[in-house]
Amino acid sequence: MGDQANLLPGTLDLLILRAVSLGPLHGYGILLRIEQISGKALLIEQGALYPGLFRLVRQGLMKASWGKSDNNRKAKFYELTAAGRKRLSQETASWNRLAAAMSAALSAKAEEV
Amino acid sequence: MGLKSWLKSAWNRIFRRNQLVDEMEDELLAHIAFRADDLQRRGVNRAEAERRARIEFGARERIREESYAAMGGSFFDTLWSDLRYAVRVLAKSRGFALAAMVTLALAIGANSVVFGVMDALLLHTLNVPNAKSLYGTEYGADQQFQSYPNYLDLRDGMHSFVDLAAFNFSLGTAIDTGDDPQAASGFATTGNYFTVLEIQPYLGRLYKPEDLHGTGSAPYLVLSYGYWHARFHDDGGVIGRVVRVNKHPFTVIGVTPPEFAGTLMFVSPDFYFPIVEQEVIGGNPLTDRTDTGALFETFGHLKPGVTPEQAEADANRVAAALAREYPKEFGATHVVLGRTGLTSFGPSVHGFVAALMGLALMILLAACANLGGLFAAHAADRAREVALRLALGSTRRRIMRQLMTEAVLISLGGGMLGVLAGMPLLRRLSTWHPFPGAPIHVPVTMDGRIYAVALVLALASGCLFGIVPVRQVMRAHPYEVIKAGSTSQAGRRITVRDVLLVVQIALCAVLVTASLVAVRGLVRSVNSSYGFDPRSVMAAGVNLADAGYSGAQIPRFNRRMIDAMAAIPGVDAVGLVNDYPPLVYTAASREKVFTEQTRDWKPANVAITPFRFNVSPGYLRAAGTELLAGRDFNWNDDKGALAPALANRQFALRMFGSVNGAMGGHFRIGDGTLAEIVGVVEDGKYLSLTEDQEPAIFMPSMLYRDPACYLIVRSKRDPQQLAALMRFNLRRLDAGLPVDIQSWNQLLEVVQFPARVATMALGVLGIIGAVLSITGIFGMAAYSVSKRLKELGIRVALGARRREVLGAALGRAVRLLAMGSATGLLLGILASRVLAYIVYQATPRDPLVLAGVVAAMALLGIIATWLPAQRALRVDPMTLLREE
Repeated sequence: MGDQANLLPGTLDLLILRAVSLGPLHGYGILLRIEQISGKALLIEQGALYPGLFRLVRQGLMKASWGKSDNNRKAKFYELTAAGRKRLSQETASWNRLAAAMSAALSAKAEEV
Repeated sequence: MGLKSWLKSAWNRIFRRNQLVDEMEDELLAHIAFRADDLQRRGVNRAEAERRARIEFGARERIREESYAAMGGSFFDTLWSDLRYAVRVLAKSRGFALAAMVTLALAIGANSVVFGVMDALLLHTLNVPNAKSLYGTEYGADQQFQSYPNYLDLRDGMHSFVDLAAFNFSLGTAIDTGDDPQAASGFATTGNYFTVLEIQPYLGRLYKPEDLHGTGSAPYLVLSYGYWHARFHDDGGVIGRVVRVNKHPFTVIGVTPPEFAGTLMFVSPDFYFPIVEQEVIGGNPLTDRTDTGALFETFGHLKPGVTPEQAEADANRVAAALAREYPKEFGATHVVLGRTGLTSFGPSVHGFVAALMGLALMILLAACANLGGLFAAHAADRAREVALRLALGSTRRRIMRQLMTEAVLISLGGGMLGVLAGMPLLRRLSTWHPFPGAPIHVPVTMDGRIYAVALVLALASGCLFGIVPVRQVMRAHPYEVIKAGSTSQAGRRITVRDVLLVVQIALCAVLVTASLVAVRGLVRSVNSSYGFDPRSVMAAGVNLADAGYSGAQIPRFNRRMIDAMAAIPGVDAVGLVNDYPPLVYTAASREKVFTEQTRDWKPANVAITPFRFNVSPGYLRAAGTELLAGRDFNWNDDKGALAPALANRQFALRMFGSVNGAMGGHFRIGDGTLAEIVGVVEDGKYLSLTEDQEPAIFMPSMLYRDPACYLIVRSKRDPQQLAALMRFNLRRLDAGLPVDIQSWNQLLEVVQFPARVATMALGVLGIIGAVLSITGIFGMAAYSVSKRLKELGIRVALGARRREVLGAALGRAVRLLAMGSATGLLLGILASRVLAYIVYQATPRDPLVLAGVVAAMALLGIIATWLPAQRALRVDPMTLLREE
């Protein structure tokens, strides 16, 4: 697990929104999905997920409902609301801009300056 | 949001809270179960899988707390748990909680009472519709418009008022319902009085301008609700009944509503009647333009859009026109309008109440400083607990919130106690009639504003002293505290607590200074020379008009009354003074005096305006006024060509340069009468205790036919017996004459009233201040002794003497006390201007006051450090060392 990166502050919400945008998931499912889509490169403390989930629900970006999991356990499933979808696309766009700018800045060579 | 919906939402939060908690718990458990399932699938056995899942999940307690916060439903939950915790903590340290709450209760109590008075006198307007736009001429200011003809001209000449009404006092009027004449006080008002005020009757009807057609046309009486209730026992059948007012029949036509109490803040009249009837019941005729005492005040609603300044300019325009038309009778040069209600007492009442409020706020500040110290000590004692909580992962914010909750809880508790203690006092004030003879009361009402202010003050002070421990918490380092224990703070630096204590003691010293100054001022004003000696003098007030006397009957009957009084065995001297004796009911009136040579008696030529009293022969001896030169009046003084007059020293000096030069000197009084000075008497006080030395003249009462007078009877007899004999003798002369007998000193209570009230108020505030400084010093001394018991024990073990132990234990407290007292004393001296507002002759630069303050503060210090000192001296090193 040595090459896993710690999350930048503020990125957890974006990851949760992204994970849920692919289909309704329960909390543990979201955690697995993030691991999966990030290629196990991002480390999230398991419990730390929940305050983030509740915050997003409170902001109206996700909604939650109780249901049954594949192995028949009672679980709470989260899905995006319209507002959540909109926020995801905005945040994704701004993240991409930031990432592009950062990578351009960091890869700049002496002769280009 | 209404209270109901607030309660509902709070209830929902608390109710829903359980559901939310349960769901969250389910969800977190489900997560752990999913993880355990996964681990089990990878071959870990179930028990081990569950254990690892729990560990991987993280600190569930913290996550739960953060999740609450994230859900936003945590405010009430946290508050609720904080409250429960705070109650537990406070219940554990009962002494601290009690001390804090009592301290605050004192401050909030004092403040809510003072605010209640301020609310009543300053913030409340008269209890009539649209009182804010009521303006008019004020008593005591430029009184030119207070004669009836001038009022009429002003009313008809002005454009700024919707309508202008006026009223006059009718004090000590006899109201006879058929069997018993009783004195009552009312207002003689213009016909439009009630229409201008927009007052609707409670019963019957109120008179209107149309009802009045000159003197004798409208013998109507309107009763106030209070008088109707007290004298007529709420009898609705009183409407239409005929009662006798000074023996003249009047028909009761209505009752005013309970909330209406006339147009003066301090006065609640018993009845109202049309002023055109004033002459019928023995008052002055209204036709005299120069009689500027005919009306007390005029008032009316300003027209919409008219500013008070415009109205004043308008009034001055009318005044200028009148001065041109009646140059002899009218001399007003500058008319000032004021808001109706407080009349010309406004500025002094405002000053008094504002100064009182300032002192009360100082009490609150001192209490806050005291509480800050208490809380800081309390927090220091709890440093270990706080450190433990920090170490266990609680956030600083959370702990601060907890401490604030405690502070707020205490402030609410203290505030409630304070209000509970203050309310009965305010209720007593509202029903208080300081003088049996006058309808004076303090119009205090217990409205929501007082409760609101008490609540706000309590909460504000709660937050203020809540900050002190918070600062300590912010700095607390859990590791250090637990390692070193809580005794490590016995440093020599100046702490917040020290500063608070000095501030508090300084404030208390100011309060103590203020109350001592007030007491001295009162003693001085009571003992100062009045120009007469009110001791062992009874005064009998009568109004011959009440019994139907008029014209030449009056001087004759006056003579008979004086003889009847002189016939009482043991009476040394008897005299008579018309209207009121000096200093009684602040009723002294002034006379315009011209030089003998003046031919044109217009206001511009007035030489001097002394107070004027009409007195009988013998008055000087009865009053104890010293004759400096010349002679007293005698009963033949009404026969000469010139009117004889007595002048006081000040008049003699101002008019004639010297006492001897004034003897035989001539002057003219307002109506042109030429008077000759036959005697000069000592200076005195005439209208109020605070007046500068004023000139005064005395004219023989026999020359005038004034029906109202006081008989002054000097005797060493027992006052009760004397009063009974006086009443008996007067009744023998005329059984139908109402008499009011009081000692002159009793009558002076009105004029001493402000000083007495100020002394009482300042005395109470001073005592509260003293109590606060005792608790403050005690708290500080007790705390420092208990913190340093170990050190003291070691000192004792090493052979320290009593003095040294005491010095070590209490030196700091005593030094702080000395510093605070000196600062307070200095501030008190600087604040003497403020004090002068409250108390006559207030000067803290009085050696007695200075010594008194120093002695009081030293005494307070001794009282407050006594117990801690005893404890420090009883330290047993062996027990202490064994304990640690």
